[in-house]
Amino acid sequence: MKKILIVDDEPNIVMSLEYTFKKNNFEVFIARDGQEALDILKSHLPDVIILDVMMPHVDGYATLEQIKKEERLSGCRVIFLSAKNKENDIEKGLALGADLYMTKPFSIKKLIEQVNELIT
Amino acid sequence: MSSAVLLIILSGYLALLFFVAHWAEKKGNIRWTNNPYVYSLSLAVYCSAWTYYGSIGLAANSGLGYLPVYVGPVIIIPAWIILLRKVIRISRINKISSIADFISLRYGNSRFLGALVTLIVLFGVLPYIALQLKAISETFHVVTNTTESTNFIYDTTTYVAIALALFASYYGTRYVDASQKRKGIVTAVAMESVLKLFFFLLLGLYVTFYVFDGFDDITQKAAQLEGYAQKNTVGGIPEAINWFFLCLLSLFAIFLLPRQFQMSVIENNREHHLKTAIWLFPLYLLLFNLFVYPIAWGGNILFEGQGVNPDTYSLMIPRIMGNPVVTVLVFLGGFSAAISMIVVSSISLSTMLSNNILIPYGFLGALQSSDEETNSKRIVNIRKIGIFSLVIASYIIYKGLVLDYNLVSIGLVAFVVIAQLAPSFFGAILWRRGSRNGAVAGITGGFLVCTYTLLVPYATGVAKMGGSIITEGPLGVTLLKPFSLFGLDYLTPVPHALFWSLLVNIFLYMAVSVSFKGNYRERNYAEMFVDIDRYINMHEKAFIWKGTAYTSDIEKVLKRFLGEERTKRAMNIFNLKYNVDKDQELADARLVKFAENLLTGHIGTASAKILIASVVKEEKITLPEVLKILEESKENIIINKKLTETSNELQKITAQLKEANEKLLWKDRQKDEFLDTVTHELRTPITAIRAASEILHDDDEIPEELKKQFLQNIITESDRLNRLISLILDLEKFETGRQDINLSQNDLEHTVNKALEPLQQLIANKNIHVVLNTSGSTEACYDEDRIVQVVTNLLANAIKFCPEQNGVIKIAIKGNKDILTTTVEDNGKGIAPADTELIFDKFYQSNNQNIKKPVGSGLGLAISRQIIERHNGKIWAENAEGSGARLIFTLPKNL
Repeated sequence: MKKILIVDDEPNIVMSLEYTFKKNNFEVFIARDGQEALDILKSHLPDVIILDVMMPHVDGYATLEQIKKEERLSGCRVIFLSAKNKENDIEKGLALGADLYMTKPFSIKKLIEQVNELIT
Repeated sequence: MSSAVLLIILSGYLALLFFVAHWAEKKGNIRWTNNPYVYSLSLAVYCSAWTYYGSIGLAANSGLGYLPVYVGPVIIIPAWIILLRKVIRISRINKISSIADFISLRYGNSRFLGALVTLIVLFGVLPYIALQLKAISETFHVVTNTTESTNFIYDTTTYVAIALALFASYYGTRYVDASQKRKGIVTAVAMESVLKLFFFLLLGLYVTFYVFDGFDDITQKAAQLEGYAQKNTVGGIPEAINWFFLCLLSLFAIFLLPRQFQMSVIENNREHHLKTAIWLFPLYLLLFNLFVYPIAWGGNILFEGQGVNPDTYSLMIPRIMGNPVVTVLVFLGGFSAAISMIVVSSISLSTMLSNNILIPYGFLGALQSSDEETNSKRIVNIRKIGIFSLVIASYIIYKGLVLDYNLVSIGLVAFVVIAQLAPSFFGAILWRRGSRNGAVAGITGGFLVCTYTLLVPYATGVAKMGGSIITEGPLGVTLLKPFSLFGLDYLTPVPHALFWSLLVNIFLYMAVSVSFKGNYRERNYAEMFVDIDRYINMHEKAFIWKGTAYTSDIEKVLKRFLGEERTKRAMNIFNLKYNVDKDQELADARLVKFAENLLTGHIGTASAKILIASVVKEEKITLPEVLKILEESKENIIINKKLTETSNELQKITAQLKEANEKLLWKDRQKDEFLDTVTHELRTPITAIRAASEILHDDDEIPEELKKQFLQNIITESDRLNRLISLILDLEKFETGRQDINLSQNDLEHTVNKALEPLQQLIANKNIHVVLNTSGSTEACYDEDRIVQVVTNLLANAIKFCPEQNGVIKIAIKGNKDILTTTVEDNGKGIAPADTELIFDKFYQSNNQNIKKPVGSGLGLAISRQIIERHNGKIWAENAEGSGARLIFTLPKNL
């Protein structure tokens, strides 16, 4: 079973994502900010990480920077999922080494497609 | 003590002096040399050997008579801040290097006047220097208990004189420009001032408390001596008048003595050093006089009837008490006093001699070389030889002439001679009408009178022997008796001579100045000297000159004295200062003045004028024309000042505009950020709604319970969206001042409960314990709906931050006469101190743009601030003791 880590501070968005990925046979981990995500990553190795940018305490960019420092996590695919949709936000996200940057609001169908594409 | 030992000590002391001067000249030590204390102490060159030994002699012989020499300066020194500052400014901008230059420049670059002043000064000061040599020689023999040798080869003073001549000529002529500062000399003199005071005080303490038993002991024993009471009163009116004139005399001396002018004006580095000098220098004089009286009378007691010269008391007392250390130290103090006087005087005299007599009257021709180095070397050599020959001349006077007067009388005679410069000098800075001819007439007349009433009687020795000319007058004409001219018989010779000579001097100076027109240059400089503060920055502009001159010719002359490099630099400065095109062929008045200034320090004012005049073609200007131009330039200066003011104002306005613009830009940026935040905030609920809707739409197998949950989410997020929109609109309205508030009398406790009500569920979910405390009356006038909104925001914030377990929210309302203070405190993590101010900002993004606000919507606290400020209250955040954040707002009871 593929593993996915969802990092977002909006519980209602997380709920939809959790339902969708569970339904698509993913083992789902949830973190409400960057710090929680990094804590979870210490003991788990997900195939995909879905990362919000604007979060309390540690933001998405900083989280990705930490992830990129870990050799162990080099196989993780990272997708930014953010309401920040300006060109330079997207560029920054990709420059940090994200595999994909998707803007909110998003289509669930499309997200699933993209995730599947990334991990096959 | 043997001569050899003392000579070794002396040589060591002189070596120290050389070392200090050498050290001070090094660039790295400027911090130590360029400070107000060194400046103030260097002024104490005033206290020569005469002060050191002569005061005691005078006090022993005639009681209080020694005091006026110090009282005069102390009286005038506070006025330095006005008078001396003026002289310093004039001298600085005109590159004046001596008092002769100062007077000569003011009276139209007069070559004759400069030479006359120099001669007068030479007359006064050469015997004065001789006197210092005499003091060194005499005291040397007192210490070694030997008798003076007439053979100059065996006379120590010969070698001392030569050493001093070498020292002064080396360190006194380091720069060709005589207006340059001589740090080495100044520092050495300051050090000597400290030493001589220290040794003198040491002697005072020694005599008062070691030889005798304190002041009382001396007074009691002295009172037994003959004439004690009579010597220690000022006396009647005639004595008081004598006192007055002696004070006046020393008051002039502190300005006019060449060594004082040198130290206080030429060597002044910063005007503000005066501020220190005006208290430190009088204090120094006071300290110096503290022990004169006990030493003098102590000597009188010890040597009663033994015929010891009172001038030598300070050495004789420790000697007969068998204390060679104190004797030698006192001797070194006196030696310091003498040599600093000799060195500084000879330097200033030689500058005058070279710049006001030798160069303008003879050597200007010898400076025709086009090579700057040759010319500079010649000038420096002239000065070196000048200094050397002055010291040697003084030595010859000391050796050759009979100087059997005591120290004080020769010193005072020198003062009277120098005082002849007073009317022209003070007139120069205070009276525009004072003219060259007036100055020449006054100085000459005054000098002749003082020659008759003082110099001749003293020089021929009749003053002491009392020839018939003194007692009966020349050829029996009693009205012409030199010491009581026209029957004025109650003044002692010195005040008497001062009175008559100054009377004649002032009369001639004023009468001639008023009766005959001066030339236009005098009038021009009169304006610049008297009104120096007005011209200080633009003095080249105030200079009036008409004629044809070529820049290249002037440059050629400058190069001869400054060299290629420095001339170029100077011309650059000039062009920049006056915004003149560097290829300008014709020179104007400003350049003529500028060039004269540059040369003045090297060759004196008179020669500078002659040199520049030789390469330019000057047209005559009539006096009325000058006055007209001066009037115009005055107006110009006023206009200039106004222009400067206006431009300053413009600059201010520009700065304000810039600031406003930056504020606008900042606001713009803030607005962008705000929009970013708002879009982000709006997109978040939409995202949740869209996701939930998509699932509901596409997924038919969704369990019923989850379906309900998703639908509930859609409702919650829609409400959130709606709240956000209202909030944004509110915020906008408050900011633009369009939001009205509905004031009514309310009870805040009631309002807080109203806000708590809808939050109960949330509070219960998180198991938070809420405490509400009130004290005093909680009634006030406010818009209740709005305050509910504020309290809701604060509570929402607190709930969010309470820990999952044992959350506590404390609400307190305190009422006093005018203000209600409400505090909402949680026991969560608290706020980063840097953020306490920022959380109320609607643009708040912490330091990192991507870190979310701690508060849900991010706008709640911003709108709360708007609401509270609209009520004239305040809202702020702080961290509670222990942990947790505390948000506080105040409301005035009556808006």
